[in-house]
Amino acid sequence: MGLEAKLTSDGFITTTIDAVIAWARKNSVWPMPMGISCCAIEMMASVDPKYDLSRFGSEVMRFSPRQSDLMIVAGTVTYKMAKVVKKIYDQMPDPKWVIAMGACTSTGGMYRTYSVVQGIDQFLPVDVYTAGCPPRPENLINALIEIQDIISKTRGRDYQDKPLLEMGFSKQ
Amino acid sequence: MELKEVIIEKLNGTIKDAVLEVSDFRGDLCLVIRPEKFLQTCRFLKDDDELGFDMCEDVTAIDWAKRKNRFTTVYHVYSLKNKFRLRLKVNLEGEMAESVTSIWASANWYERETFDMFGIKFTGHPDLRRVYMPEEFEYHPLIKEFPLLGIPGSIPLPKK
Repeated sequence: MGLEAKLTSDGFITTTIDAVIAWARKNSVWPMPMGISCCAIEMMASVDPKYDLSRFGSEVMRFSPRQSDLMIVAGTVTYKMAKVVKKIYDQMPDPKWVIAMGACTSTGGMYRTYSVVQGIDQFLPVDVYTAGCPPRPENLINALIEIQDIISKTRGRDYQDKPLLEMGFSKQ
Repeated sequence: MELKEVIIEKLNGTIKDAVLEVSDFRGDLCLVIRPEKFLQTCRFLKDDDELGFDMCEDVTAIDWAKRKNRFTTVYHVYSLKNKFRLRLKVNLEGEMAESVTSIWASANWYERETFDMFGIKFTGHPDLRRVYMPEEFEYHPLIKEFPLLGIPGSIPLPKK
């Protein structure tokens, strides 16, 4: 049955390294839960047994950015907090992805005011936006599936020219 | 005699001309105090054995925008002994006010908040810095001419 049956009959399979790595990567996305306000509660709910984010391999919420490759920004980002979010994002190793969860994070939401950043895409490269205030757990899971789609299309050469900032290297 | 009457009578008896105006709306007693006598009044309200207003619950301000005396500071003080809450108002001339931190230590952060939001400078405050907004921010968001969406570029965002 499936892969192991194939392996026992032939002893090997052929594929590309890009395909294997992308397949492995997309099924073990470790999120950094940047829970800033009420969206964080729905984010917690999406990890619980009812919605169960671990079906998609993302149950390992890492509170250390250095062990994560997906940042879920869940909540209102104020100008004061923006510096902190960016600092944490910068510590995540490449390749990395960002979900803007909820109305506040995507556009400022109902906080159309001087203290709130009107959309985190002003300082972070966002991959998937999630609608809702707060979004239902299904919605966040859908965003994760979108991220998995994006990851499955990545290739090693997409990252070849990127400097390894976190290690202090730059391409010669 | 009711406590409200005691407060007013005692104040009028000890500090002359301190109380400018008395209002009693739905059981909330509010006194408008003369600016020069304000600290003296606060000290008396706290130290008097019978009144004992020993807790400062809030300090805030009102921006009247077009009035001559533009700012009014508002103090909410509470007497644990009498379970009674009192509101004090001071109509400021300009944007200088006297700090009550020497009387109620809890006023420290409330006054910092009021300074942050309205730009009212409290003389005698030990550490008058902003609380909410970044320290390098130049404006005071709750005064009337400040635009709701802020001033573009006044708070820098990190680079993408």
